[in-house]
Amino acid sequence: MSKPNVGIAQWLPVVALAWLVPGAGHFLLKRTTRAALLFFCILICFLAGLMMRGALFSPQTGDLFTTVIYCGGFIGNLANGIFYLLTIWLGYSQPDVAGHVHDYGTKFLVGAGLMNVLAMVDVYELVTGRKT
Amino acid sequence: MPKMNLSHLEASLLFAVLCSVVLGIVTKKTDRERISYGLYCFGCFLAALFGLGWLMYFGHG
Repeated sequence: MSKPNVGIAQWLPVVALAWLVPGAGHFLLKRTTRAALLFFCILICFLAGLMMRGALFSPQTGDLFTTVIYCGGFIGNLANGIFYLLTIWLGYSQPDVAGHVHDYGTKFLVGAGLMNVLAMVDVYELVTGRKT
Repeated sequence: MPKMNLSHLEASLLFAVLCSVVLGIVTKKTDRERISYGLYCFGCFLAALFGLGWLMYFGHG
């Protein structure tokens, strides 16, 4: 893997902004249409997860399977940036209950975060000049 | 916040659409490539959805 063309001081703020507000990194780089599409896709996915009453993960350790599921899920949730932080600050607390709708909701919440991770990687590649 | 009750198919299709759009946006360089890759991803999601659905149906007996 080749070294990036620009220093960490240049790409880190943009990537951090892309994490905090999905699509904001692309917006800052003047890719407004892509920024809007990313923002709405991630927002719709996250809101759908909330409306399906999906559970948010909190990090737990124990056996390997538990650690991977709960810590991975927590990282996936956290990758939603401001959506996740607002949800926590507004007191959303849904226990993990049985049922396919709740289950899909939980996956939507993590999936939205993983989509934002893809957007952050794209922003990083754009800032460092790996992608034009 | 209103509650949303989606069936397996509706939830899977919604996720497939959203994920295909994001994958199309972040992986390709031109708009034409993005649209065709997004449609390709959506097709793959549909193939996996219906393929695995029938596989589980026949596997269940």
